Amino acid sequence: MYAYDELDRTLINERVSEFRDQVKRRLSGELTEDEFKMLRLQNGVYLQLHAYMFRVAIPYGTLSSKQLRRLAHVARRYDRGYGHFTTRQNIQFNWIKLAELPDALSDLAEVGIHAMQTSGNNTRNVTSDQWAGVAPGEIEDPRIWSELLRQYTTLHPEFSFLPRKFKFAITASAHDRAAIKVHDIGLRLHKNAAGETGFEVLVGGGLGRTPFIGKTIKPFVPGRDLLSYVEAILRVYNQYGRRDNIYKARIKILVHELGIEKFAQEVEEEWLQIRDSALTLDASVVEEVRSRFSYPVYEKLPHMPDELKKAAHDPLFERWRKNSVFPHKVPGYAIVVLSLKPVGGPPGDATAEQMDAIADLADKYSFGEIRVGHEQNLALPHVARRDLPVLWQALDKIGVATPNVNLVSDIIACPGLDYCSLANARSIPIAQELTRRFANHDTANLIGRLHINISGCINACGHHHVGHIGILGVEKNGEEFYQITIGGRADENAEVGTLIGPAVKYGEVADVIEDIVEAYLALRARPDEPFVDTVKRLGVEPFRERVYATR
Amino acid sequence: MPLVKNGKIATDTFVHVADDAELPGDGAILVSAARFLENPEAILRRPGKTGVIWPNNRDVDDLVQYLDRLAVVGLVFPSFRDGRAYSQARLLRERHGFRGELRATGQVLRDQFMFMLRAGFDAFEVKKEADADAFANTAKRYSVFYQPTGDGRLTALHQRMQLRHSESASQ
Repeated sequence: MYAYDELDRTLINERVSEFRDQVKRRLSGELTEDEFKMLRLQNGVYLQLHAYMFRVAIPYGTLSSKQLRRLAHVARRYDRGYGHFTTRQNIQFNWIKLAELPDALSDLAEVGIHAMQTSGNNTRNVTSDQWAGVAPGEIEDPRIWSELLRQYTTLHPEFSFLPRKFKFAITASAHDRAAIKVHDIGLRLHKNAAGETGFEVLVGGGLGRTPFIGKTIKPFVPGRDLLSYVEAILRVYNQYGRRDNIYKARIKILVHELGIEKFAQEVEEEWLQIRDSALTLDASVVEEVRSRFSYPVYEKLPHMPDELKKAAHDPLFERWRKNSVFPHKVPGYAIVVLSLKPVGGPPGDATAEQMDAIADLADKYSFGEIRVGHEQNLALPHVARRDLPVLWQALDKIGVATPNVNLVSDIIACPGLDYCSLANARSIPIAQELTRRFANHDTANLIGRLHINISGCINACGHHHVGHIGILGVEKNGEEFYQITIGGRADENAEVGTLIGPAVKYGEVADVIEDIVEAYLALRARPDEPFVDTVKRLGVEPFRERVYATR
Repeated sequence: MPLVKNGKIATDTFVHVADDAELPGDGAILVSAARFLENPEAILRRPGKTGVIWPNNRDVDDLVQYLDRLAVVGLVFPSFRDGRAYSQARLLRERHGFRGELRATGQVLRDQFMFMLRAGFDAFEVKKEADADAFANTAKRYSVFYQPTGDGRLTALHQRMQLRHSESASQ
């Protein structure tokens, strides 16, 4: 956990007071809605279909139990008793009153949480591997660099009015859980031949109406130069990114139009001018930030404690353990994923009661720490393996032990037409129906790893392009239709999915998905060939034939 | 439209001269980049100070050779959403060492003041009277800064390092 110091606390309090003044000026009519819009967006406040929506940042997906309890408090006191975890490690509240927002922000600031730049045309919440610091085989904890970037991007005097939003993601593992290839800047920590730690920098990835996989702009940028290199990219983008058309304003379009070589050259020229400046991160500066991250003091514990051996006789426990418990870098410990995808529930929602209970369990079993993943699930990152059986019972009691992590019903979905003013179609009810269709755990387990991602419009908040199966809601003559893609993925082999056939009506989506899954079961080479590999091997055609033969 | 300079509302001693208007014989003037570049020497030779309003879609490199003879460079915010001039401002101040007046023009509103000050602006053609009145208080709103810019304010990282050194020195 990163501990705020007096400077961090002062800054977020100053931001709360500025926002309080902005709200006051809006309520008094001194600011027009057009002027206020930009200001509220810079602080995570959207106007949705029914009310204001408030998006709170959870930098690099790390929360303390105290912070999670405070989020529960905000849900209870200012909203309708629940919150929605998003694909960018944020949490959204859907029913906030404008006049109460400054108080909600002030309550959050007390525990070091803010909503700065969770929307608007600026640098957004920096996301990272949700298992950072605990995943086996990691180069180093990427959150040190995430925090340096969080500070660097917060209220940046030059880059707060970019052509469009700008998202960073960082990973330090060979297996990319942070989807860095679909971010404006993706950073992969690795070591060069000399053993020095630095970053492969990717640029121009993104989803939305024109999906692009990020391209490597520089294979190795030493840690000390990270901020100057990032500043060079942002400066080139700020000056030359398109501002004439909102749909062509993301950096991915600039990179595409200039070509990666030309873009890289522009950045290089700019970088050489600022490389040796106050942006240089000396080892001592990095150490300073690193020193304010606290780590648990782990015990020496057995890998196979008696408690676990005993519980292995319970098939329900075993089913959950095999699905939701993951290896930890320290022997005797495990990472436990909490599924926020119950059968029939909206993906990513948690009630205030659940949040409080999870915070208590984190205190008891996970050194007071919770993680938020872009798949819209939570995790307890430091659980002693001996505690798994008792933890499982507690998690099951509050409804977050559905053993469907990474399975077909672990669906990513945007809020869709139920909440969002941009949406063309509903997402949540489609997800809910699919979780019912695939509620049988044995069937889901037989299908294996399969990610379904749903977006209610082309803006792609549900990351449909990179779902193994992607579902995109569109509108045709006032009716909801859905385009379905297969073969997308968001990991280190990121790819954009391919359209399988004509769009289908709302009522047909679940049937089509079932048909695709059946086709896969018939087509896969072996039981352990994952869905995406089968699609890669055979292409879309055999799936199209089977699914559309009778339609 | 009030002009804020050095943190206070000030009288604008510069006259905006339209492209099709005749240049006054003397006195301080602000002209467009297009007009200036047509015949820079002639404009710079006239008695009276010269300022140029530089558009936000043109490289400031084209202006660099004249900087030491310009009293004012005005940068443009066609809308407060368009942040290109922040980059131009930092380049003029930090890379090209411009020490004259750097003026923000266009849609200049209260909530941009802090960003503008940090980017190097020191004069502001403020859109609203109330915002100009609030300038001094708005400029004091923040005391902590995460990014180094040419304005010389100490960043949080550097403050922390100083604190560390003073702590270890006193041990």
